[in-house]
Amino acid sequence: MTEAYIYDAIRTPRGKGRKDGALHEVTAARLSAVTLNAIKDRNNLDGHAVEDVIWGNVTQVMEQGGCLARTAVLASELDQRIPGLAINRFCASGMEAVNLAANQVRGGAGSAYIAGGVEMMGRVAMGSDGAAIAVDPSIAMDTYFVPQGISADIIATEYGFSRDDADALAVESQNRAARAWAEGRFDKSVIPVRDINGLTILDRDEYLRPGTDMQSLGALKPAFKEMGEMMPGFDQIALMKYPHLEKIEHIHHAGNSSGIVDGAAALLIGNAEFGAAYGLKPRARIKATAKIGTDPTIMLTGPVPATEKILKDSGMSISDIDLFEVNEAFSSVVLRFLQAFDVDHGKVNVNGGAIAMGHPLGATGAMIIGTLLDELERTGKGTGLATLCVASGMGAATIIERV
Amino acid sequence: MTDFTMQADADGVAVITWDVKAKSMNVLTREAFALVEELLDAALADPEVKGIVIASGKSTFAGGMDLNTLATIRDEAGDDPAQALYDFTMNGHRILRKLERAGLDPKTNKGGKPIACAIPGTCAGIGTEIALACHRRIMADDPKARIGLPEILVGIFPGGGGTTRYSRMVGAMQAAPVLLEGKMLAPKAAKSAQLIDEVVAPEDLLARAKEWVLSATDADIVKPWDQKGWKMPGGAPYHPAGFMTFVGASAMINGKTKGVYPAAKALLSAVYEGALVDFDTALRIETRWFVSVLMNPSSSAMIRSLFLNKEALEKGANRPAVPDQRVAKLGVLGAGMMGAGIAYVAANAGIEVVLIDAAQDAAGRGKAHAESLLDKGMKRGKVTPEKKAEVLGRIHATTDHAALAGCDLIVEAVFEDVGVKAEVTKMVLSVVGPDCIFATNTSTLPITELAKASDSPEHFIGIHFFSPVDKMALVEIIKGAKTGDRAVAKALDFVRQIRKTPIVVNDARFFYANRCIIPYINEGIRMVAEGVAPALIENAAKLVGMPLGPLQLTDETSLDLGAKIAKATKAAMGAAYDDTVDPVIFGMVDAGRLGRKSNAGFYAYDESGKRLGLWDGLADHYPLAADQPELVEVQHRLLFAQVLEAVRALEEGVLTDIREGDVGAILGWGFAPWSGGPFSWLDILGTPYAAERCDQLQAAYGDRFACPALLREMADKGQSFYGRFGAGVDSKAA
Repeated sequence: MTEAYIYDAIRTPRGKGRKDGALHEVTAARLSAVTLNAIKDRNNLDGHAVEDVIWGNVTQVMEQGGCLARTAVLASELDQRIPGLAINRFCASGMEAVNLAANQVRGGAGSAYIAGGVEMMGRVAMGSDGAAIAVDPSIAMDTYFVPQGISADIIATEYGFSRDDADALAVESQNRAARAWAEGRFDKSVIPVRDINGLTILDRDEYLRPGTDMQSLGALKPAFKEMGEMMPGFDQIALMKYPHLEKIEHIHHAGNSSGIVDGAAALLIGNAEFGAAYGLKPRARIKATAKIGTDPTIMLTGPVPATEKILKDSGMSISDIDLFEVNEAFSSVVLRFLQAFDVDHGKVNVNGGAIAMGHPLGATGAMIIGTLLDELERTGKGTGLATLCVASGMGAATIIERV
Repeated sequence: MTDFTMQADADGVAVITWDVKAKSMNVLTREAFALVEELLDAALADPEVKGIVIASGKSTFAGGMDLNTLATIRDEAGDDPAQALYDFTMNGHRILRKLERAGLDPKTNKGGKPIACAIPGTCAGIGTEIALACHRRIMADDPKARIGLPEILVGIFPGGGGTTRYSRMVGAMQAAPVLLEGKMLAPKAAKSAQLIDEVVAPEDLLARAKEWVLSATDADIVKPWDQKGWKMPGGAPYHPAGFMTFVGASAMINGKTKGVYPAAKALLSAVYEGALVDFDTALRIETRWFVSVLMNPSSSAMIRSLFLNKEALEKGANRPAVPDQRVAKLGVLGAGMMGAGIAYVAANAGIEVVLIDAAQDAAGRGKAHAESLLDKGMKRGKVTPEKKAEVLGRIHATTDHAALAGCDLIVEAVFEDVGVKAEVTKMVLSVVGPDCIFATNTSTLPITELAKASDSPEHFIGIHFFSPVDKMALVEIIKGAKTGDRAVAKALDFVRQIRKTPIVVNDARFFYANRCIIPYINEGIRMVAEGVAPALIENAAKLVGMPLGPLQLTDETSLDLGAKIAKATKAAMGAAYDDTVDPVIFGMVDAGRLGRKSNAGFYAYDESGKRLGLWDGLADHYPLAADQPELVEVQHRLLFAQVLEAVRALEEGVLTDIREGDVGAILGWGFAPWSGGPFSWLDILGTPYAAERCDQLQAAYGDRFACPALLREMADKGQSFYGRFGAGVDSKAA
């Protein structure tokens, strides 16, 4: 079978997803184009160099609607013969773009793809594209729909994670991200976002809160307690699905959950012939990909079965993996992963994660594959696994192997 | 067919009057609906008619749809009842839509005839839905009148366009109390809820309706949803505000109904899906959901038990044919919680009450209980000071047995002891004489035994109230071996006077209700002993529609009562007694955990008595089993424990009418109302499956789940309970 290689992986810095965020002035198409242009320039791509741009994006309305992938290609310096495919698998959209691209290459449908994604969470509000699973009464009731924060708290209750466990993980994420920035570990991949005149708008992640400690996090109120216990009372729904629990422990808050940010990321995926044609050296092979559906109420446990599936499909075991990226959507998601596989936290999210740096929904899946690759290279390790939990009860995973 | 008549006045207003001669309240039948259309067509076509008023020939407007109509349509449809119900409902929409459009040109919205609805009094169901299709609703200012859409309370939802129209008028959020809670509103509240447009003096009703009709213009009669640019008030589902409303509504309804009431989900779905499309498509969607509910066995069972059979029992379905036995003067012996409650409900119903206790201050406290309930009513604006004085004036609290002279019914509610009761019975009978009907409110002692204290046991009967008396709707009437017809009629007439629902059963240990509740509680406690997660036990019960889990119910009724019942049962049953739950109950009692009354039981409580959560010490005594059962297994144990007892009560002749078994279970102890009651639930399961489950549960958990011979026989013959035992029209109702 044809192998699919990663030739490049970049991301924009993550801006705070609100009015005072640096990227708030940038359109989704523009940030996408900046990212695509960087891939083009860094790899000297020319003409009809890639088969397609597969672009992950969750909230596909307004400026992110209308097949943003194609709009982004046309807004960039890429050849117009390169089309564009907008995809949505919620938080794994960026990863799914990479996995789709890899599997197209492996299957022989084209020699190279640009895959990645974007989310301008401060400009296009999360949830503003609607969602029948939440709104349609017959579906919401039949699937015991609860918002993600409640799901994260169900995980904590079901698997026994305390507020302290969750806060400690958040503090560690902040510390690791701060160290990574201080040591320049992201330098290879983070591209500055510049304006039309070439002036820099943002060149560093701006969501981090250095110095976060247990005490400062301890002061934060649980974010999902009221919607769970009072109006409209989502805990009742959680207990209908998990009747052996007496009550839901609400441990999550803004400080131990992923941040709302703007950002984009892209990878250049291609076969060996593509690399040879452009004089590029493959950095890693995409060894396996997986996606899976899970119970939609607890919703965010997907990384565990997705990892089990990808390991089984690829004939590997958890001990074959040197480093992990498990998206820090909520602390309990990562805690559950650590618990389920009994892996050393020292191998997981070693440069921090979405709690510290933010989670631009459609881009994160691509970002963490890039982060994983950089860290494998930095430490001279071979194999890495990235995985994300996904809304509505899904999970996705990718295994990469340096070459 | 003269349910509707039309009279055109000289001023150009055609008045269509609804007056169903054979009924005290207007109800709509299939035939009458067709007549409405005929009259409407005639009025719209008549150039002399400028507008139409729909009025009532009665002091009320309408009670709703004749629920038997829907049942008949379904049952007569042969293989395709859903299609028949769909066609019937859509035809209704077509007629009401014609009324609503009233001749308006579809393009220009011009040239229509104004139609007002003159509502003299209470108006419910399809009556309200017809009114909502009119252009103006004017209601007489009668503070006793109520208007609303209470369908949800009997397990269906407004399917005559009421759901679609009202939700579009006020928005999903505002419509919720009327549609989802079935709230009936007084005229002024109805006006603020926009159910009606005007409240006028009763004598001005028709004149005002005519006046409006004659002055209204085309612009006044075009419904908002028939105008360009209409938007759902409060936001359609994918509008940011509407989004939150719908997400929240699903969660609230699901949490509240525990997913066992199909009507609420169907209603909300009709509103949601309807809000995304034009009005006529929305009506079609409403119809599809409405039919799905009518086809759901739960809805049929709920209508049958909670509406038709409840009403039949209240009207004396099982009353012996003896003359009127209404109570004029009631004697209540014992002014404790039960006696005081009985005195209150009787006085409230206009009956003179002598409330007796051994000490005057005890008797006075009993009367004070009535006063506090009346004060509560005053606070809520439901009781006037005059009414309070009147009711209290009817209660004579005294220690003097001579005051009982002239009573035609005695209800004894003294200490639960055969000797004490016998003494009181004899003493009182010597005052009131042998013709007075003597009733005991015992919940545990055999009536036949207590009747021995009377020289005329044919006049002795059990009238078992549930606590709290003022709230609980059921009264269990128990016939002793020698109880005569007049005593039964007396008890039934009394229950009817106090507007409660009676069931009549024969004398046996724990009668009917307690006989079924005790196994429910015990099954829950057994599971605790087995190491089933207490939260799972409690949640499983609530998720199958029980109002309280067995452990909470035990805490509420107290563990020492449980211990007392266990000891008494053991003494009575001897070797046949199954003592599995005794160590748990006695252990809790020994540890001082008596339930709510000691602020400690299966649950923990704070100092103010607020229930905090399951007692975490329980796990020390009964560690959680490594393997926890499936939810359905727990639910079947809890439900079968009850329904098999109901079947045995029927087998043994304690129950003589399954309607009483079903209605009594729902009203008496809140047995899963969605099911229609124990017998309805077995019918929904199907007797063959029910018998098979008995065998499985018996094999797994013991002989208490052994299939009763009656159920086995019915399973073998493929019979249903309502097929075999249901009486006349009631068996196929709705």
